[in-house]
Amino acid sequence: MTEKSQKNRRRSDIPAAVSSNSDELAIELIKINKHFGPVYANRDIDLKIAKGSVHGIVGENGAGKTTLMSILYGFYTADSGKIKVGGKEVKIKDSSHALQLGIGMVHQHFMLVDNFSVLENVILGAEDSVLLAPSKKKARIELARLAEEYELEVDPDALIEDLSVGQQQRVEILKALYRGAEILILDEPTGVLTPAEAAHLFRVFDTLKKQGKTIVLITHKLREIMAITDEVSVMRRGAMVKTLITKETDPSELAELMVGRSVLMEVKKGIANPGDIKLEVRDLEVSDDIGVKRVKGVSLNVRAGEIVGIAGVSGNGQSELLEAIAGMRKPDNGKVIVKGQEIAFKGDDSAAELRLAGLAHVPEDRHEHGLVISFEQWENSILGYSDDDKYGKGLYLSVKACKNEAKKQIEEFDIRPPNPLLKTANFSGGNQQKIVLAREISRDPDVFIVGQPTRGVDIGAIESIHNHIIAMRDAGKAILLVSVELDEIRSLSDRIIVMFDGNIVGEADPDKVNEGELGLLMAGISSQDKDKQEEAFVKDKIANDLANKGAV
Amino acid sequence: MSARKPLPRWADVALLPVLNLTLAFFISGLVVLMVGENPIEAMSILVYGAFGYGEGLGYTLHFATNFVFAGLAFSIASHAGQFNIGAEGQAYIAGLGAIFVGLALDGTHWLLVLPLAMLGAGAFGGLWGFIPGYLAAKRGSHVVITTIMFNFIAASLMVYLLNYVLKEPSNMAPESRSVVGAGKMPQLREFWDFFGYSPVNVMLFVAIIALFGMFFLFWRTELGYKIRTLGQNPKAAHYAGISNSKIIMISMTLAGAMAGMIAINEVLGVQNRLVIDFVFGYGFVGIAVGLMGRNHPIGIALAAILFGALYQGGQELAFMMPAITREMIIVIQALVILFTGAMEGLFRTPLEIFFTMIDVNKNGGGVPVSSTGQALVGSESDQRRQKKENGGGVGVGSESDQRRQKKEKQEG
Repeated sequence: MTEKSQKNRRRSDIPAAVSSNSDELAIELIKINKHFGPVYANRDIDLKIAKGSVHGIVGENGAGKTTLMSILYGFYTADSGKIKVGGKEVKIKDSSHALQLGIGMVHQHFMLVDNFSVLENVILGAEDSVLLAPSKKKARIELARLAEEYELEVDPDALIEDLSVGQQQRVEILKALYRGAEILILDEPTGVLTPAEAAHLFRVFDTLKKQGKTIVLITHKLREIMAITDEVSVMRRGAMVKTLITKETDPSELAELMVGRSVLMEVKKGIANPGDIKLEVRDLEVSDDIGVKRVKGVSLNVRAGEIVGIAGVSGNGQSELLEAIAGMRKPDNGKVIVKGQEIAFKGDDSAAELRLAGLAHVPEDRHEHGLVISFEQWENSILGYSDDDKYGKGLYLSVKACKNEAKKQIEEFDIRPPNPLLKTANFSGGNQQKIVLAREISRDPDVFIVGQPTRGVDIGAIESIHNHIIAMRDAGKAILLVSVELDEIRSLSDRIIVMFDGNIVGEADPDKVNEGELGLLMAGISSQDKDKQEEAFVKDKIANDLANKGAV
Repeated sequence: MSARKPLPRWADVALLPVLNLTLAFFISGLVVLMVGENPIEAMSILVYGAFGYGEGLGYTLHFATNFVFAGLAFSIASHAGQFNIGAEGQAYIAGLGAIFVGLALDGTHWLLVLPLAMLGAGAFGGLWGFIPGYLAAKRGSHVVITTIMFNFIAASLMVYLLNYVLKEPSNMAPESRSVVGAGKMPQLREFWDFFGYSPVNVMLFVAIIALFGMFFLFWRTELGYKIRTLGQNPKAAHYAGISNSKIIMISMTLAGAMAGMIAINEVLGVQNRLVIDFVFGYGFVGIAVGLMGRNHPIGIALAAILFGALYQGGQELAFMMPAITREMIIVIQALVILFTGAMEGLFRTPLEIFFTMIDVNKNGGGVPVSSTGQALVGSESDQRRQKKENGGGVGVGSESDQRRQKKEKQEG
């Protein structure tokens, strides 16, 4: 059996401290299914996590990692499947039940009461008397012990709102340990941490592991996986792709598994004839909603008649870059120049300024941004362009003109059912995407930026969407494409730019680059490093880096 | 079976409000029964009082005029995703604009006074809507909080102004000077004796025009399209290059201006002077009107007439049935507001389940359900349907009973 052989392999690989109890499984998941509406968040998930190990779960945003862990923590109930904790089958009813079973979770967004003290937060929900004082007294002693044991010092009387993010996370971990957690699940724990804080967190992991605790680490940062995990499971689109021993894999393999290597789609396209620069981005810096810098000084050009693809594991700043170029996110620094016109980014309607400058934008998420789902199709066919005189002069909006335009778009893009009066929510995902594409392409823009053009779209629609994009290129438009589908990037782009951690780390020719090289770039490892190679080296280097930064 | 379908449009627009209303009247009937009166008789008095004769109808329309404006004030903001509960204060402040124009142009002609009073009242009411809109758009404060606070500010401000600024020295009461000439809005009774002494005036037509205006604004102009986009999906509006902050400010200003029209109807149409508390809660009823009217002009018109009828018919009822006091009338009005406004979603979920089941039955073959599951679904929905038909039958019966009785009474 493969499971057995894997286990055997494990035993031989892992240092003695861990292997002593590696026969025991802390958690076993068997055929877990969970769906929200028609969408499967988790499909037939099998997972084994050894006791006393650090187990990484990687996957892109939306791969289903968090849902899976929420099932384990009792936030959601699985539609079907079995959960075994410590060898016994259990049905986890809610999070307090999970805690009883020794499963604690540290969420991506902390679940702390801001104006309570550390001590109050730790005992919240775990008070064992009517009066607070005895619980507090007990917790204070226990906290001191835990702090010493695991290097988790925090002032028990400090208010949460006065603590740094890293310290708040410590409180979350303390909360779980105080409740007797043997298995700690951490969801993207380093997303909000500085490198020094992250390094400290990893040292804490080591101590926890030595004490026999099991750690499940959810992340999409491959560096961390390589540095601290014993085993790693890769998820993609709700399914568990593979579980690997960290030592036996490398970041590029993981990146490939995460992004998926489906059959290369054949897209027929001629040779590009790049013309003048139509879109120019200079030293762009962009922060996300909570102020974390996501794009750290990106410069790029897109010329007329070429498709520039941005590849990268999602969450490395591509989305923010796209939103900034489209005028939806104000850059902290840098310039966006469309056809020689610098965009001012004044007020909260820069998207309109960019549209006037001749840029059209297909957003990454059609439901969140691209469509008003409760509108009828014809109303969505003019979204962003309602001021155009084509749809009624002055302030007047001619419903007739809008509907004619909608019918034209429906016909040209074969949107089904061909009914402009149908509510947008009632179209299928692929047709909704076509509604967005039809609207943007029919404006005949000189600069076209596209995010995830085929996300959640069926094969037939993918082909027609790709053909439309190629046709635009051949008509001399400048196209910037962001996609998590590596194949899509490779088959459509004339140039590939790879983003990692908010920076452009490389550029490649899609006809010459192979997937391994792209994978390495996407994992943030430049090709020179690869010559010296050895995953162990990489691991050490990263660990050193982190430790050095921690020391500073 | 897990996904419920949204209601068909006709059920959402017509069936749901009718069900809510029926339940409200049913419980009101119980209240009437508890004080020892005949609920059916009470109902017929109420209906006759509201619609049965000219003066009653006049009053009903007068109240309805206020409710149309208040409902519009709520709905315009609501389309932009803002919950404006400040129509009360906006109308109150707008009284200043109305009375200033009325007094200043008292010696001219009402055709001149009306448009300028609309501008004046609209400006003051609009200002009172704009400030919460500005705070919401630029400072992120919630309009529910700010508008309710602005109601209090408006009330205190008006008491101050009426006591210390606008009061005539010779007058003891806190009220402004009266308009006596062209400042008064022409009363419909001046043209049709039919309306008796009721104060229904030219503002009724302004209200009707405003309803058409609302339709035109939201479904035939760029601004309305943008407001609706913002209300339905602010992120998509942002993507589309719509300035969310501007649209919020514009729609709150428009809402305030609409509430301001109440001031003309009351100050220049009834009181002929600015008095304390002339808005009388109309602004708050507007929330129920807007909710019940589904933010659509036709719905708002119908809901406004309903509440107008409740106000007028209720007064009649208090007069005719001494056991039913004025307070009791307020209870009945409150029940209607409760069931149609605050709890308007009461029947939504059951109805959605019901319609989804009908759908499943219709396209039974197309839905991948196991054979046993399908059978179960079928039997369940059949039961439900039967139950509903029974319920419906009873309802219709009692209604027609009422009508018959009323007819008998009228004949008698």
